[in-house]
Amino acid sequence: MIPLSHYLTLGAILFGLSIAGIFLNRKNIIIILMSIELMLLAVNMNFVAFSYYLGDTAGQVFVFFILTVAAAEAAIGLAILVVLFRNRGTINVADLDELQG
Amino acid sequence: MGFQVVVFWIFSLVLIGAAVGVITTRNPVQAALWLVLAFFNSAIIWMLMEAEFLAITLVLVYVGAVMVLFLFVVMMLDVNLVPQREGFTRYLPLGGLIAATIVVQMIFLIRMRWFSAENYPAPVPRDADYSNTEELGLAIYTDYLFQFEVAAVILLVAIIAAIALTMRRRPDTKYQTPGEQVKVKKEDRLRVVSMDAEK
Repeated sequence: MIPLSHYLTLGAILFGLSIAGIFLNRKNIIIILMSIELMLLAVNMNFVAFSYYLGDTAGQVFVFFILTVAAAEAAIGLAILVVLFRNRGTINVADLDELQG
Repeated sequence: MGFQVVVFWIFSLVLIGAAVGVITTRNPVQAALWLVLAFFNSAIIWMLMEAEFLAITLVLVYVGAVMVLFLFVVMMLDVNLVPQREGFTRYLPLGGLIAATIVVQMIFLIRMRWFSAENYPAPVPRDADYSNTEELGLAIYTDYLFQFEVAAVILLVAIIAAIALTMRRRPDTKYQTPGEQVKVKKEDRLRVVSMDAEK
């Protein structure tokens, strides 16, 4: 059988890859959003693994709510992106410096 | 080596490969497609852990809705590919170092004896007539009812926010107002003039 640590390691590697993705693609806000989705997936992997090994459904219920919030976050984030592109003509992170004063 | 171990290794390696594809590819459309592959593979791995409902939900909600939304937005925006790539090699050492540090620390913690196979023995496989959806539904509609309703409100807020953000009125475009068209009377359009007949 597969031990619990295998699943946790897989989640940790996914989490690390998505952090690297945020660093590497810091010019591209779409890929940053995708990295955040990947990060949530890694966290969900840990929740499902613990739910399975502890025999407790609460972990899966939590994943259910995380999926809900992540879907809402993606919808609002992409809507903001569309408005940003319509108003500024660019989605380059370096050009979004209006709040800098 | 059992069947489940083989499945776990194959799909987790493909999952990690797809995650690498998401963060290294140049084209946002290809990144979205790599992310779809990652979601499919993790759905299989969740199925290994008897979370069938969540695995199907991941495919339906994420691949079917969220990733299609991503692709739609990527294709709607005119993304200039070349300048977005700048700084990739510049941030590679720092980003790689931080990510590697986090992964090594977490694996160091995970490999300690608290999470070993002795402390967390693999659970007995469920019977064939066990329904994961039923158990999850029982938990959501009894113990987690309030949280479930809050989640519904969050989705409603997301709908309203997305529509309110992206809806715009253009004052300079010409459009019809059917109410005015229906309300129109003969006197508004037709003017009867009395004049002498031409000889």
